[in-house]
Amino acid sequence: MNDDMDFKDKAAWDAADRVADYEHGWSSDIETDFAPKGLTEDTVRFISAKKNEPEWMLEWRLKAFASWKTMTPPDWAKLNVPPIDYQDAYYYAEPKAKPKLGSLDEVDPEILRIYEKLGIPIAEQEVLAGVEGARRVAVDAVFDSVSVATTFRAELERAGVIFRSISEAIKEYPELVKKWLGKIVPMRDNYFATLNCAVFSDGTFVYIPEGVRCPMELSTYFRINAENTGQFERTLIIADKGSYVSYLEGCTAPMRDENQLHAAVVELVVLDDAEIKYSTVQNWYPGDAEGKGGIYNFVTKRALCQGRNSKVSWTQVETGSAVTWKYPSCVLNGENSVGEFYSVAVTNNYQQADTGTKMIHNGKGSRSTIVSKGISAGHSNNTYRGLVRVAPNAEGVRNFTQCDSLLLGSLSGAHTVPYIEVRNPSAQIEHEATTSKISDDQMFYAQARGLNAEEAVALIVNGFAKEVLQQLPMEFAVEAQKLLGISLEGSVG
Amino acid sequence: MLQITNLHANVGDQPILKGLTLSLGAGEIHAIMGPNGAGKSTLGYVLSGRPGYEVTEGEVWFTPHVFPGEGRGPEPKTEDSSAALDPGLRRGTQGPINLLDLEPHERAAAGLFLGFQYPVEIPGVSNVQFLREALNAQRKNRGEAPLSGAEFLKVAREQAGALGMDMDMLKRPVNVGFSGGEKKRNEMVQMGIINPALAILDETDSGLDIDALRIVGDGINRIMRKPDKAVLLITHYQRLLDYVKPDFVHVLADGRITRSGGPELALELEREGYRELAA
Repeated sequence: MNDDMDFKDKAAWDAADRVADYEHGWSSDIETDFAPKGLTEDTVRFISAKKNEPEWMLEWRLKAFASWKTMTPPDWAKLNVPPIDYQDAYYYAEPKAKPKLGSLDEVDPEILRIYEKLGIPIAEQEVLAGVEGARRVAVDAVFDSVSVATTFRAELERAGVIFRSISEAIKEYPELVKKWLGKIVPMRDNYFATLNCAVFSDGTFVYIPEGVRCPMELSTYFRINAENTGQFERTLIIADKGSYVSYLEGCTAPMRDENQLHAAVVELVVLDDAEIKYSTVQNWYPGDAEGKGGIYNFVTKRALCQGRNSKVSWTQVETGSAVTWKYPSCVLNGENSVGEFYSVAVTNNYQQADTGTKMIHNGKGSRSTIVSKGISAGHSNNTYRGLVRVAPNAEGVRNFTQCDSLLLGSLSGAHTVPYIEVRNPSAQIEHEATTSKISDDQMFYAQARGLNAEEAVALIVNGFAKEVLQQLPMEFAVEAQKLLGISLEGSVG
Repeated sequence: MLQITNLHANVGDQPILKGLTLSLGAGEIHAIMGPNGAGKSTLGYVLSGRPGYEVTEGEVWFTPHVFPGEGRGPEPKTEDSSAALDPGLRRGTQGPINLLDLEPHERAAAGLFLGFQYPVEIPGVSNVQFLREALNAQRKNRGEAPLSGAEFLKVAREQAGALGMDMDMLKRPVNVGFSGGEKKRNEMVQMGIINPALAILDETDSGLDIDALRIVGDGINRIMRKPDKAVLLITHYQRLLDYVKPDFVHVLADGRITRSGGPELALELEREGYRELAA
């Protein structure tokens, strides 16, 4: 598994090196497929030029880049991350840098085994594994047929829903983008968010007009150019008054990426009586059993519940990445606005996760619910970190927080770090936390009924995480259940 | 069906079973009685393969599960049979296998069922889900096709109904918030659904009131009193034996069988106590 990763890494790096080596005197030649190694103002200009961005966007990126140079990475998380050399990475490379595979026969059998366990159709497996020429087939597989995809698009347009890549939106809907981009997560919010502002590759833009209930669940699957945007993804979703949308992000299949550093930004805006349900399954490459390789995932996700009775529900299943640093949050400005955070984070082997949420109660009568389920196995560390803040003039705020940790084996760590800042005496804040281990009794009981050790662990863990899993849309939930079991393979016996 | 010969087993460094020999034939119900600490529960755990219970000497041979009639799936496909962990477990195989070679889940697939003295809670997992996954894992190991949700629910409903258990309880998390009696009744529902060849029932009568005792006793007779099945009842008291008539009664004391006899032995024990008879 690891060898394959190394091979892919090397092939990609070699290809990129060749291009870079031949490109002496490079400046911002938009004919070039690669920005050379390193991060300078030229890199930022190059990315912007490649995307034919308007001047205001380039200026915004450059401003972010200038800020980023003065910033330092946060060090408060319970994560042990080796220093990242930002000059020793590529920030823009065309998809062709990836080694192309002729067929599934060339894919790592380990990956295929997991695809099979997840029940992913062959055509879709080909896309995920990056088999050349597979994409059209997979579009068929995912949508049944191209015409279905077109039907979806037409249906969305009839409803007035705008669903575009962020690059397209910048050109087609500059006023909407300008109005909200960087307003929920400010440009200088944190080191990784600022980096994203400067170099974001692509992402999703959604606008749901007033009073519209989006006629289908939106998924990155439906977006044709979702490929290769994983590294510095940028998402902006705007739910206008009285609208509703459910958005699915990610994929249960294991995702390989040659880029070790990921720094995404997701911004949600919710106006009066509107609701966004945002579900994520994150399964980036976690590194091998010895902790070698794997993705560093530094994500900033924040929702602005600006309107009265607005609501945002974050649901996440985090099983991948070597390092996860992620706190999907809600700024509850609107009166009676509602924020929810449901999370399952699994760490195995040498994975590290520091994840949680922030619920910022500024609005009167705003309410929030936090349910976090952390599962740690192997030598991993799993931390819940969450903030509940109540502003002085926010009357009648309520929060309920439940943080449960489940430990497998005796070498893993579970940590809970709740921050509670209440400046209004009328607030009702509840916090419950438990830490438990899978007991030998439970394991043996399940085994005596016919389940093998891995099936027993998967069953018990799914029971533990049920409250969160049942928040997921149906089609995601089934795969996510299988995923929990797969992620914990090798953690028992 | 089950032949235990000179079985020695330790828990940690402590020898608990010290040369136990016992033979169960098909169609037989055996009761094992004995004082606290004699090794009764250990015997159940050793036979079902609980980690931490180490066999130091002896043999256990078991004639695996053969499903007559219902529950018989289609013939195993080639790839299915390769999925079976042990070729000896496949349906239709005749002759005894060495039980001690098998993992706990393989023993279950071979047709061994342990009714727990203290049934375990599994939060968040419904009884229905637990049993369906367990049953289908067993079937997979035997090279049989899985039961669909509808097929499974039909069986589950029948068994729960026969034991007077509400369908709602089947949907609740495994044993969570169940009373002692409900847990024991749930074990019997599980046994009915799994339909094993050999059941080892560890103090299934403890914690039951008179009515529940009768229901559980009837359940054991209904599910297990068959020519191709056998039961090993581990109990302290005679009262369960009023409902489930054993063919043989054994006294287990200090890690071995010290006395065997017919149903009258249980009555004698009840009268005289173990002290007199164990020696």
